[in-house]
Amino acid sequence: MKKILALLLAALMVLSLAACGGGSSAPAAEAPAAEAPAAEEPAAEAPAAEEPAAAASEITLWTYPIGNWGNAETVDALMADFEAATGIKVTVEYLDYTNGDDQVNSNLEGGGAPDLIMEGPERLVANWGAKGYMVDISDLWDDTDKAEVNPACVAACFTADGACYEYPVVMTAHCMAINYDAFVEAGADQYVDLESHTWTTEQFTQAVKALYDHFGGTVAAVFCGGQGGDQGTRALINNLYGGTFTNAEHTAYTADSEENVKALELLKGMDGIDFDAGIVGGDEIALFYNETLKMAFCWNIAQQLNPNSAGTGEELTLNGQKIEFMSFPSETGESALQGGIWGFGIFDNGDPAKIEAAKTFIKYFCDGEGTAAAVKAANYFAVRDTAEGIDLSGIWADNAIMKEYTKLMPYLGDYYQVTAGWATARTEWWNMLQRIGSGGDIAEEVAVFVTNANAAAAAEA
Amino acid sequence: MLKGKSLTYRIVAFVLVVILALLFTFPLYWIVTGSFKTQREINAPAPSWWPSEWTIKNYETLMSKMKAPLWEFSVPFSQYFNDDGTATVVSTGPTVPAAVRWMLNTIWMAAAAMLLTCLTAALAGYALAKKRFIGRTLIFTLIVCAMALPKQVILIPLIREMNGLRLYNTLSAVVYPIVGWPFGVFLIKQFAEGVPGEILEAARIDGAGEIKTFTTIAYPMIKPGVGALAIFTFINSWNDYFMQLIMLSSTKNLTISLGIAKMQAENSTDFGLIMAGAAFAAVPIIIVFLIFQKYFTKGITMGAVKG
Amino acid sequence: MRKSSSGMSRALVRRETTAGYLFLLPSLFFFIVFVIYPMFMCIYTSLFDSNMGKNTVDVFIGLDNYKELFQDQIFLRALKNTIVIVVVSVPTVCAFSLWVASAIYDMHPAFTSAFRCIFYLPVVTGSVAVTVVWKWMYNNYYGIFNYLLKGAGVIENNINWLGDARYALWCIILILFTTSVGQPIVLYVSALGNVDKTLVEAAEVDGATKTQVFWKVKWAQIMPTTLYILVITTINSFQCFALIQLLTSGGPNHSTDTVMYYIYYTAFKLYRFGYGNAMGVVLMVIIAILSAIQFKLGQTDS
Repeated sequence: MKKILALLLAALMVLSLAACGGGSSAPAAEAPAAEAPAAEEPAAEAPAAEEPAAAASEITLWTYPIGNWGNAETVDALMADFEAATGIKVTVEYLDYTNGDDQVNSNLEGGGAPDLIMEGPERLVANWGAKGYMVDISDLWDDTDKAEVNPACVAACFTADGACYEYPVVMTAHCMAINYDAFVEAGADQYVDLESHTWTTEQFTQAVKALYDHFGGTVAAVFCGGQGGDQGTRALINNLYGGTFTNAEHTAYTADSEENVKALELLKGMDGIDFDAGIVGGDEIALFYNETLKMAFCWNIAQQLNPNSAGTGEELTLNGQKIEFMSFPSETGESALQGGIWGFGIFDNGDPAKIEAAKTFIKYFCDGEGTAAAVKAANYFAVRDTAEGIDLSGIWADNAIMKEYTKLMPYLGDYYQVTAGWATARTEWWNMLQRIGSGGDIAEEVAVFVTNANAAAAAEA
Repeated sequence: MLKGKSLTYRIVAFVLVVILALLFTFPLYWIVTGSFKTQREINAPAPSWWPSEWTIKNYETLMSKMKAPLWEFSVPFSQYFNDDGTATVVSTGPTVPAAVRWMLNTIWMAAAAMLLTCLTAALAGYALAKKRFIGRTLIFTLIVCAMALPKQVILIPLIREMNGLRLYNTLSAVVYPIVGWPFGVFLIKQFAEGVPGEILEAARIDGAGEIKTFTTIAYPMIKPGVGALAIFTFINSWNDYFMQLIMLSSTKNLTISLGIAKMQAENSTDFGLIMAGAAFAAVPIIIVFLIFQKYFTKGITMGAVKG
Repeated sequence: MRKSSSGMSRALVRRETTAGYLFLLPSLFFFIVFVIYPMFMCIYTSLFDSNMGKNTVDVFIGLDNYKELFQDQIFLRALKNTIVIVVVSVPTVCAFSLWVASAIYDMHPAFTSAFRCIFYLPVVTGSVAVTVVWKWMYNNYYGIFNYLLKGAGVIENNINWLGDARYALWCIILILFTTSVGQPIVLYVSALGNVDKTLVEAAEVDGATKTQVFWKVKWAQIMPTTLYILVITTINSFQCFALIQLLTSGGPNHSTDTVMYYIYYTAFKLYRFGYGNAMGVVLMVIIAILSAIQFKLGQTDS
């Protein structure tokens, strides 16, 4: 009797697994399945993709945690407004930066990609777009749009042959931060200009020296345990002596230039600066937040407003010391900051109705009545001052910190993250820093980096 | 053997074991106390061994940050008949904190993997040990060779296959490869070797059918092996972070460990929240272990195993 | 019914075969569909230059992936690391758990079960959670290891445990160790408790020393348990992935790369599926050989 029961139970299990399974599979998952494996090998019987003629009333959006776009409450409210305005229901999934890329990639491979995705051009344009997974949305741009949107953002979202895989909505400039109270204590505050938030390479080295003499140990860390927050180390090294990461045409990596080697030599030789392969950007922020480190290279406005996402006060460390944001040091004081651009792209799931609905979504949030709310939610700066006649310049008028931060925006530099071979270049970068940190010859290691990164660029181009 | 060891040795051993035990308890202790610490305390460079100020805010965040329906049932196999490849949902549960759903998913996944593995392995292991049929050696050789195969090795084909079968992003995609993994069959076969052929022969002569012979004679004798396999499979699938990471993506389909990992922001880790999630995930299974530990350990006697 | 089928009647052979396959059917279904088939696809794809991309076409390149593989320093290093992990952790886990089990199995039952639970805790706590705690303990700036070692005067400067290629792999192995001993201890405790007492007593009467009793009598009786533990620990060590992904991403300087992690990395960061599959095939071959050896050893031992 017991055995029969067990058998029944097991049979039930199989059936209900099937039940759960089916119910859970992502909507609109199957269209690419028809094409992807067919090109590879006969991995699976491809279901015939039949297009429903009616306009889609349901689409899916996946977002990375870009400000409050990672917060279900905020996003639900935005989506409710959107549904009220257009009748399109949006199902949202939240990705994280640890596993998010893997999940998107395995969904692309597994045929469960969403309709819409929110992230930056380095992923949407240079990676998934270049691999043919995205819909060209250049038809969403008219001449007014092109004039209104920040030119750097326009350039980053379009490919060389004129296709557009992302419609930008917000941008920011990544910067660094200092613990101002610690600077004062060490007498290093004389080297920083809080009015302009800029400093020179000379002032930076003096400040590090003063801090090291006073506190000892590690003042700042060139973190390289992984790719998290690597824009900080790149911007630091590029700016010190005016080096660049890629050439202006975004066709080759140039990190082996004299300026970059010089910058690496400077950092390697400085007391108080450690190459730390045990931490990534997020860990660095935590260490800066709890006052272990006196400077952070992985910083932006979101961190300034809520350091370490701990909710313990704007611009304050754990024990209430004052945090000041700074641009990266350069010889002239005028640095080229790494930009962050975020917007929406559409995955080509082979369903015109869904693509149409997704375009409606983009129009609404990037160039329409939802734009102001979308920008507010992201906690960054709008990429345009007006959207379809709506004035956006006053969004942050009431926020002193945001207003102060706009001083850095003119330093926004080249958005080189769209260079071919970017994924490889990113991993090669932190691997290179690790090798330099553990005693590798700087000139040799940057040469290895450039060779590998350029090889990847050539393979992709 | 109480008299087998000298007193000195026993005392030294006891002290050592106690020290080791403290070390082993530490991570869990740290997680549980950490989950009640404030942001300030948990981020401080100096370790605080005991929360100076208790807060349940981390748990509130855990419960409020993400939501998911408690369950979602659909018509089995309907995804193969619907044009858009999605199954017909017949019942959706009330919206609850996603962590609760993740917990259910994890338990469900581990339990399903355990039951299915035990059932299929018990039948197959018995057949391989006691039936003399054509192709037996071939199958057994395949099993031995594939037994220790890590699933990462076949991850790329597996993703494509799951997509083809419309199982991608479902718990089934995690469960089925575990069930297919032949270690269980091997284990049960080793146990079943110990079942005397004469008894089976006798049962057959008495007119018992194959199924009856299995359920009444063979199964009770291989039961300890099934017990060991059950525990092994349950724990392994519970901790099989890799397969979960690769196969699942929707918030409502995640397991608890994936869910915890998902709670991290880009450049900052909310340690309090992670600790709360981890405690929420670990405590139930520890309680289960404490309650069932007698059963967990009683049946598992490897004495019956013949190599 | 030992030995050849020639002794059996044809009807019996047919009956045995039918019954055998019916019993095997459910298991074979899952085995073939979710293990064997992907394995063959893995071998097949490894002969192609297969990359991620909607419009890419796989190009047949024969054994080129394998040629590249054996010149790929990172892969060779990963292979070496994988072997180090297995070779170090399997014997230490077995020895340690046997020692703990022998120390606790004859205590008061309450103690036995308490200790058994405690050593099992890291297994059930889950890798993501355990990793977070260990990461904090290894922290360069204020981690507990540096704190204690500095306090005890063993080291002068902080050691960057996970950020130093000399230590990182051992740090990973240590965590793997704590999450691996739980089950072996549980198994050994019950195996030692089931050792035939009359045999032990007989040996003692014959004047055997404690060491002799252990190795000659008990060891032989717990041998099957040891074999089982060897197998599951080997499997677990090969599968070590979450620790590396969450702690070091294979760094620093690839010192913690394992083949498993490198496959994942090649597939999901570099998008080179064919190459990743070639690695998988190499690993498959190695593991199949290892399993076969282990199995043969197990057979001759008992």
